This record gives sequence, structure tokens and C-alpha cells, in this order.
Amino acid sequence: MEQQLFTVTVFTENQAGLLNQISVIFYRRGLNIESLSVSPSSIEGIHKFTITCFSNRPMMERVVKQIEKRIDVLRAFLYTDDEIVYQEVALYKVPTLQLLDDTCVEDVIRRHSARILEITRQYVVIEKTGHPEETQALFHELQKYDIRQFVRSGRVVVTKSAQEVFSMFLKEQEIRKSTTDSAATGS
Amino acid sequence: MEKISGGDALMRSLIAEGVDLVFGYPGGSIMPVYDRLYDYQDQLKHVLVRHEQGATHAAQGYARVSGRTGVVIVTSGPAATNVVTGLSDALMDSTPMVVITGQVATPFLGFDAFQETDVVGITQPITKWSYQIRRAEDVAWAVARAFYIASTGRPGPVVLDITKDAQVGLTEFAYKKCDYIRSYTPYPEIRLSDVERVAALINAAERPMILSGHGVMISGAEKELAALAEKAQIPVAATLLGLSTMPSDHPLYKGMLGMHGNIGPNINTNRADLIIAVGMRFDDRITGNVATYAPQAKIVHIDIDASEFDKNIATDATIHGDAKAALQALLPLIDQRRHEEWLKSFDEPARVEYEEVVIKEVHRKNGPLTMGEVVNNISKATAHKAIVVTDVGQNQMFSARYSRFTEPRSIVTSGGLGTMGFGLPAAIGAKMGAPGRTVVFYTGDGGLQMTIQELGTIMEYHTDVKIVLLNNNFLGNVRQWQSLFFHNRFSQTPLLNPDFVMIAQAYGIAAENVNSREELPAAIERMLANDGAYLLNVNIDETDMIFPMTPAGADVDHVMLNATETYPLDK
Repeated sequence: MEQQLFTVTVFTENQAGLLNQISVIFYRRGLNIESLSVSPSSIEGIHKFTITCFSNRPMMERVVKQIEKRIDVLRAFLYTDDEIVYQEVALYKVPTLQLLDDTCVEDVIRRHSARILEITRQYVVIEKTGHPEETQALFHELQKYDIRQFVRSGRVVVTKSAQEVFSMFLKEQEIRKSTTDSAATGS
Repeated sequence: MEKISGGDALMRSLIAEGVDLVFGYPGGSIMPVYDRLYDYQDQLKHVLVRHEQGATHAAQGYARVSGRTGVVIVTSGPAATNVVTGLSDALMDSTPMVVITGQVATPFLGFDAFQETDVVGITQPITKWSYQIRRAEDVAWAVARAFYIASTGRPGPVVLDITKDAQVGLTEFAYKKCDYIRSYTPYPEIRLSDVERVAALINAAERPMILSGHGVMISGAEKELAALAEKAQIPVAATLLGLSTMPSDHPLYKGMLGMHGNIGPNINTNRADLIIAVGMRFDDRITGNVATYAPQAKIVHIDIDASEFDKNIATDATIHGDAKAALQALLPLIDQRRHEEWLKSFDEPARVEYEEVVIKEVHRKNGPLTMGEVVNNISKATAHKAIVVTDVGQNQMFSARYSRFTEPRSIVTSGGLGTMGFGLPAAIGAKMGAPGRTVVFYTGDGGLQMTIQELGTIMEYHTDVKIVLLNNNFLGNVRQWQSLFFHNRFSQTPLLNPDFVMIAQAYGIAAENVNSREELPAAIERMLANDGAYLLNVNIDETDMIFPMTPAGADVDHVMLNATETYPLDK
């Protein structure tokens, strides 16, 4: 079956142990997580996981359902790259002397729309945001300067969908709560 | 407000949830709780099992027959790891259970303290929810949430790991039952459009078949299932855990599905034009080879757990929701039908199965006793009203095949996990959950010895469990596979067994040996008439094999009648 890169976003309550619960769902099916980022979402008390993984669609659909089944998971969504706007950050640590000895540094920085974050006598830290191919391309170009460190963040994404499905879900849950409450009080 | 300890809060929370029976075993990190339990014994009966695994299976047996949540209390470390099998079993078989484990005090967490183990980390993948309580203030909230999660939606096991300081810490206490969790929707609203789509498929079908699973029993949808089947004259087959969702003598009931199920429903799976699966999950023991499973049929799947849709078998239509509510919504939209030809098509395989398998198993004139005839005789002697508890292996398949059922919630067996040793403690729990019913527990000499220490629990609590040991001095099911698929190389399957009658008697349990066909009926009478537990050690021929059989991974309609012949016979 066709393998491709999928992005899974997961909205969860702020409870300990969720990362473990989610990661074992991948592990149990022999899936490697390519990248992972976790942070508080724009909604207070709700955390967002963004996970990328190479697999096929039926497998990933099962994975998403299994993730949603965890009690403290609010919703999980599955995307391919054409359905999202996504970005990651890369940092490159390069020896200062090597950069100074080369006259085309400005050209490299400009062409890649990179920026320089810090300069010391020993090293320079360059930052580049973009798609993995773009951060990788800059890595290749900087390799001749004897790169010391290169790190990439996990992916952050926003959907291209016109509807904010997750916000709608939260509203539905508010309605469900109010009907549960009124049933409980008998009103 | 008066302050009470976390241990007190736990006791009062359990009582507030209607719990009156817990299975457990004390130890270091749960001692403050057991100390508080001492003062609540008039409201909370505690059953002291002989091993923590037994506590979980007893709680499962209790839950399965009563529909109530089984409760277990054990200590930390080895006790917590001993409940892992029961948790995994309860998750696979959708059994509501709350397991409370003690834990070392919070300052010691992560320091490899005595009897510390990462209970939440270990149990997360095998529970519906697993949570560590670190403060007495959180006890009421966590218990309320635990019972709500365990018992609603697709039921399952929950772990509450309570640290020792949370047990002794002081808290104000006000209990509020949980009925809402934002991230958890146990009873999804049934979509009318889904119901209409399924109804149209059923009304258009010429050869529909209903597969009735455990979900029907959990939901209490037995009447609705029968009503649907009767209105449209649809044959019904049950999964192992779905046994007793329809009475065995109902004209539309066509038998059990699966590896050792009845021939009719298995081969007709690949002749039906519509499969209506209710509260079941297309386990590989049901489907065999998924690639050749019912390719000609449309598949309708009704389940409360959306993750089961398209997991093993691709569906054409689904209803996401509680089985009872879904069937109630469906019924008015269903046309009356007859399906006479289709219903008749179950007769021929049933006839062949009776002549080629059943008669040879249950109506032998001579030779050693068979497992099937023992079960058949006991089912008759109990008027098919007993709760049948099984262990795992041949005893399980024979008791599932040859027991007949007249009442719902009459089968307690480890289906998904296939846990040898499940049966004895589960039978204890089943009797405590349904004290008015006869509990017959079928086991083998292998499985019984995996949890045989629970005979002590039977002795202590005078639990009236009828133990039928189908003893062939072999790990019979593995022997059968070795015989059929591994060239009769009986690797590590013969057992040198103790005198089980003497063992039972050592526990004060009445027991006798049965060696012949002539002795059997009277022995069964004595067992059933005995006021209290009884062990019948029935010596069985080791070569007895369970048939029909669809080998693992074979097509669902590839049915072996015996070691050399398959259905249909060329005659």
C-alpha cells in the first residue's frame, strides 16, 4: 500500500501521561514517529500534539481512531501535506572563522531567507524556517563551513479548511454538558 | 467542614458508587486503606483472594453476570504487576472494573523505593483509563471519574494508583457522581441517516445474517435483537461472548461463529448477501482469513466503539451507538420478510454437523468419556439455566458448543485474551454476582492449576461453585494443534497431575472422580444437589479433539469435520 507522510494533530486535556498513551499507539503498530511537537494550544487548558509519520491511509485512520479513544483526548485529525500549511524551524551552529573566510555568506543567507541569531568569536547561529526540504537545502550548503550543530523542530501546522472543526466540536461538548446538567437536576 | 483521611474518602466514595463487594489483598502500600476498611465492613464486604490475579478475574466474573462494576483493591509493586493479566483481559472483553493499587508515598516516587513500580506507565495501554492519585483531595473526584469511565460506553478496566500519603492525608469530603467528561462521549447520538441507510440494506437483502456479540449483552439489547430477527426473519449467529444473547432453542438462532463454531453460520458467512454485526469486533477467531471473509456480502456494523469500524473488516454502513438504542431506532424501519429458502440453507450443514460431529461426541456407546458428553449432560441436568464459566482451551470450546442457554448473561469466558487460569476466580465472582443462579465452571487440568490457590477463597467464603474438571492429563488444545499441524510432536503438553480430589478435599470441598459413562449421571446429580462447592474430576480421553474447526488463518468456510475430512463431505 502507498506510503506517504501524514500529519496527525491531537487536542487533549492537560493531563499527565498523554504523550505515553499516544506514542504507544504508534509503537504497537510498528510505526516510527518522524517528528513530534507538543505545546499548549490557543485554548486555555487544551494541549496540542502535532505528529508526523510515514504510513498508509487505512493504518493512519485506525491510529487516529485509537488516539481519539483515549479518555483525555478531545479530538484527533489526520492530514496530508496538501491539506495544511506547515512549517518547522532549523538552527545551524557554524564556526565563525570559516564563515568569515568566505565571501558568499551574504548570498547564502539571502537566498535561503535565513537569519543570524547570534555571533560570538567561536560560532554563529543561523535560523531558517520552512519545509524540511528547505531547511535540508540550507544544511547542505552550510556543510562546507564545518557545521557543528544542526537541529530541526517538529512541525507546526494550521489547516486550510474553511471550517474550524475543533472549535465546533468544543461548542457541541458545551451543549452536551448543559443537557447532561439539566437531566441531572431534572429540569 | 470535617476533614477525613484519603482512605476514609476512598471507602465513602466506593459506597457512594453503590459498591458493596470488593476483591482484594492487603500489603504495605495499601495498609492505610485496609485500616479504614476495617470500620466499613458492614457496608463493604471484602473477599480476600489468594493471589491478586484472582481478584481481577473474580471482579470480572462478578461484573459479567451482574452488569455492575467489579472492584479490586491491592497493594503496590508485585501486587500491581499481578493485576496486569486481569486488566488486559477486561480491556479485551469490555468488562467494567475499577482496580485500586497502593503506591509508595509521593516523595519516594521515582527513587525505586521498596515495592514501587510504574503502575500507570505499565497499565495505560491495557486500561481504559489509568490515573495516579497523589493527594487526598483528589480521591472523590478520581473515584467518581473511574466508575463513570469503567461502566459507560464500551466498558473497560480503570486503574487508580493511590499513593500512601494520599491515603493518610486529610481532606474535606463531598461526593459528586461524574456524568460528564468533555473529552469522552460514551453514548453517541444515533444518526437517523445511518439508521435509514442500514434499514434500506436490510430491507433489500435476500440472505441477511445477524452476528450477535457481547455488546448486545452489555447493552441489554437481547429483546430488541430478537425483535429485529423475528420481524424480518433473519438468522442469528452468536460470537463466543455473545452466547446466551438469544436462547439456544429460538428457531432463528443458528449457532456459534468462529474457529470451533457451528458449520451453518460459518459457511453461510460466505453465502450471505448482508452481514449485520451487532456489538462485536470481527476478531480473527471469527473471521479466519479476512481477505476471503464474506466478499460477496455487504457489511453493516453496529457498535458503540467507532474504532472498531473498518478495523478488521471494511464496512458498507455503520450505526455508531449503543446496541439497544440502535436496534430500537432500526426496528420501525424494517419490513416484514420471510427468507424461507435462506433460513432452510442452515439445515443441511446442521444435519451434517449433528451426524458427523455431535453424535460421535455426545452419544457414544463405549470407549472413554468425552468432554462434549459431560457438558451436554450437565446442561440438561441444569435445565440449561446455569451460568457457564469456562477456562481456556478445549474445555472452553466444548462448554461453549455443548451448553445450551435459556437466559441472558449466562456465559463467562476469557474470549479476547484467552487467559488460562481465568475460570476459577471468575466463577467465584460470578457466583457472588448472581447468588441465586447455579454456576458451573468447566476447566482443564492445565488452566485449573494456574489459579488453583483460589480453592482457598471458595473454602473461606463457602462459594457454591460447581467445578467440572475435564481432565485429560494434557494441555489438550495445544495437543490438538500438535496433532493436526505439528506431526504429533507433543512438545511439553503431557502433564503429571496431582490427585485433584484430594486437593479439593484438603480445602474442605466435596469432590469425586468420574471414570466411566455409567458413573456420570449420578455424579452430576450429586454435584448439583450438594449444598456448596463441588469438584467433579472427570477423566477424559487425551485424544479427544474439538471439531468442527476452521484452522487459524483459513477461510471462514473451510471447516474441518475431523482430522481428515472437510465440509461438505463427498458422499
